[in-house]
Amino acid sequence: MAEARPPVAATGLGLVTPAGIGVEASWDGVLRGVSAAATDPALVGIPVDFSCAVPGFDATELLGRKLSRRLDRFVQLALVASREAVADSGLDPAGWDGTRVGVVLGTGMGGAATWEEQHQKLLGAGPAKVSPLLIPMLVPNMAAGQLGMEFGALGPNLSVSTACATGATAIGVARDLLLSGACDVAVAGGTEAGLTPLSIAGFTQMGALSRRTDDPGRASRPFDVDRDGFVAGEGAGVVVLERVADARARGASVRALVAGYGASADAHHATAPDPKGRGASLALRTALADAGVGSSDVGHVNAHGTSTPLNDATEARVVADVLGDHVSVTSNKGVIGHTLGAAGAIEAALTMLTVAHGVVPPTANLDSQDPEIDLDVVTKAPREEPVEVAVSNSFGFGGQNAVLVVTRP
Amino acid sequence: MSAVYDRVKELLVEKFGVSADEVSPETTFEELDLDSLDLVEFAMAAEEELGVRISDEEAETIATVGDAAKLLEEKGANVGGA
Repeated sequence: MAEARPPVAATGLGLVTPAGIGVEASWDGVLRGVSAAATDPALVGIPVDFSCAVPGFDATELLGRKLSRRLDRFVQLALVASREAVADSGLDPAGWDGTRVGVVLGTGMGGAATWEEQHQKLLGAGPAKVSPLLIPMLVPNMAAGQLGMEFGALGPNLSVSTACATGATAIGVARDLLLSGACDVAVAGGTEAGLTPLSIAGFTQMGALSRRTDDPGRASRPFDVDRDGFVAGEGAGVVVLERVADARARGASVRALVAGYGASADAHHATAPDPKGRGASLALRTALADAGVGSSDVGHVNAHGTSTPLNDATEARVVADVLGDHVSVTSNKGVIGHTLGAAGAIEAALTMLTVAHGVVPPTANLDSQDPEIDLDVVTKAPREEPVEVAVSNSFGFGGQNAVLVVTRP
Repeated sequence: MSAVYDRVKELLVEKFGVSADEVSPETTFEELDLDSLDLVEFAMAAEEELGVRISDEEAETIATVGDAAKLLEEKGANVGGA
């Protein structure tokens, strides 16, 4: 096992989620515990025609006409979330030494809508009608690239992609960059905007999605006995990280600490989790060792909790095995769906808010807990609970796992 | 200015989000914050709207909005009337 490493401080948070635009709207939404899933006009004709979309995201109003025209939605969402995170940190990009500012911002899919729209142009009107903006709009690294331009961040600029673990991996990698001294400030997170006919048709065909088309609001139900798949969502989560001493020295308000990070691979199957949860278990144990905490220190788990039959059963066994039955558990995906590459960062930020406020949001739609799942899952209403040490789990297709340990400063 | 110029100005406002009072015949694409990728898109839009094809080499000679209008006129851009 890894030796314990020092924590880093999260000094700024930014969220754009299906529960709302901004940290406050998103946090209020997950506390209300009502699913954001609804029939999606973009998915007419697709067997699963509902999703968790970000409500009222007007890119022209938020970013101006030029950026709204030249950036794919996955970059737009990241830009709005990162502006909030940087403003929240109290750091001023106009005055900082950009050479010491890094960006680690990932996505699972990249510019899905741009691919599909321009492919239609190619087929319908020929190659001369394909936009010169196609490539800069769709490449998955453009969210990180654009954030560099936005903030004059000249330091290491990386995009990671570990499917549904992307956002958590990005925060872990950013933590490592800070501890290695490669930068003094890191803007880190994940973004996703893949609610397009082609990608949803693909997820549908692989049997990953809930088919509850007659009642979308009840479709995402992590740990419930009647769960039948995840609900695809979109959004972005971004955090600003600094070494603890630096944050303290400038008198920053520290929301929470990223105290540990564990990464692993299942080395098992493209989409199914290892049935014994070996990869997930390894990531969780590594994260605890990295944070220097024991399983009895952990009070709360923000689960990956996708609402698929396999994930939730496997994850529940891993949590019970490694941590025991004393931890409270929640899954934000009941409310916001599965935001794929953004999920790990959005949920890490929500875990930080749980630690900061001492409140665990409920798992939406958990009416009848699967009897196979022997965990204290919070449901129906927020639970007031002082949490010193929390864990946020993220497991991606391809068997890529990332677990973060979040603690109270 | 010509009808072609007016149409070019309209295109810049409609498709590129430029505000109409920023545009004069002497205004450069650079001043409008439009780069080489935008210029390619502009050429594509002009072909679609005005029925005139601008080659990459020709596009490279365009600096100002007036240059664009002049080039399109010389190439027989068809504005209204048709």
